[in-house]
Amino acid sequence: MAEAEEETPGEAFRRGVRLGVPFAIVGFFLSASFGVLARQAGFSVAQASVTAMIVFAGSAQFAALSVITVGGGIPAALTAGSLMNARFLAMGIALAPSLPGGALRRAAQGQAVVDSSWALANRGDGTFDRWLLFGTTLPQYVTWTTGSVVGAVFGNALGDTHRLGLDAIYPVFFLSLLIAELRDARSRWVAIGGGLLALGLVPISPPGVPILAASAVALVGLVRRSRWR
Amino acid sequence: MALTYTQVWVLIVGLAALTVLIKAAGPVVLGGRQLPPWFSRVTMLMAPALLSALVVTSVLAAGRSWSVGAHTVGVGVAVVMLWRRCSLVLCVVVAVAVTAGLRAI
Repeated sequence: MAEAEEETPGEAFRRGVRLGVPFAIVGFFLSASFGVLARQAGFSVAQASVTAMIVFAGSAQFAALSVITVGGGIPAALTAGSLMNARFLAMGIALAPSLPGGALRRAAQGQAVVDSSWALANRGDGTFDRWLLFGTTLPQYVTWTTGSVVGAVFGNALGDTHRLGLDAIYPVFFLSLLIAELRDARSRWVAIGGGLLALGLVPISPPGVPILAASAVALVGLVRRSRWR
Repeated sequence: MALTYTQVWVLIVGLAALTVLIKAAGPVVLGGRQLPPWFSRVTMLMAPALLSALVVTSVLAAGRSWSVGAHTVGVGVAVVMLWRRCSLVLCVVVAVAVTAGLRAI
C-alpha cells in the first residue's frame, strides 16, 4: 500500500495504547467480577489476583472458573481453559511472520496477543503491526490486573454480591466476543450447535463436560465445502 | 466438591503455563510453516463453539439443572442491545442494572 508517511514504532505503539483504552475500561470491570466470583469459589485474594496477572486470558479464566464452580475437577478446568485458548494458536500462526528475533523473543512477543489487539493490529494483507499490537495490549494488561485485585479485595466488603448483579457482566462480554466471531454461516451454526450441545448435556453429564463437549462441534471445520457460505 | 488451597494454586499455575505455551506455539514452532487449511478452520471455530457454550451454560443452567434467573433477563436485554450495535460498556451496565433491579424486587 502506498502510504504517504510511515508510522514510527513509537507512533504505532502510542496509537495502539489509545485504541486499547476502551477495551481496558471494560476489562477492568470484567476482571473485577472475576475477582469477586473467584473469591466466592474459594480462591484467596492473592490467588484471584495472581490468576489475572499470570494467565491474562479472560475467556480461559472464566471457563476454568465455571467448571470448578459447578464441581468439576482440575483436569476438566485446565482442558476447558486451554480449548478456549485454542484460537490463540491460530492467531499466533497468522502473526508469526510479522515477529522478528529468535525463538525466545518471538515467544515473548506472542504473549501480547489478546483478541482485540490481534484484530486491531491485523493489516488485512497477511501482516501485522506488532508495535500497535503491544500498545493495544498494554492498557488492557494494567486494568486486567488492577481490576482483579480490586474485585478480590473489595468483593466481600460489598456484602451480598449476588444482589448487585455482577454475574451478568461476563456473559455479556463473551457474547460480544461471540458476535464478533460470527463471520459466516458456518461459525453461526457452530455457535448454535455448541450452545445446544452444552445445554443438552447439563443434566446428564459430569460438571465441566458440557463446555468441553461443545468444542467437538468445531470439527465441522474439517469439511472444506463452501456450501456453508 | 470445592478445591483445596493447594489445588487452586495447581490450577492457576497450570492454566498460566498452558496459556503461555499456546500463545508461544504459533510464533515459535509453527511460524512460517504452511499448515493445512482445515487446521486453522478448526482452531478458529473453537471460539464460537466454546464461547456460546460458556454463555449458554452460565445464563441458562445452575449446577446440573436448567435454570433461569434475574441475570438471564439482564443478559437477554443486553443481547438485543449488542445486536443493535450499542456500545459494550452500555450493554454491560444495563445487564447489571436489570439483574440487580429484578433481584431487589
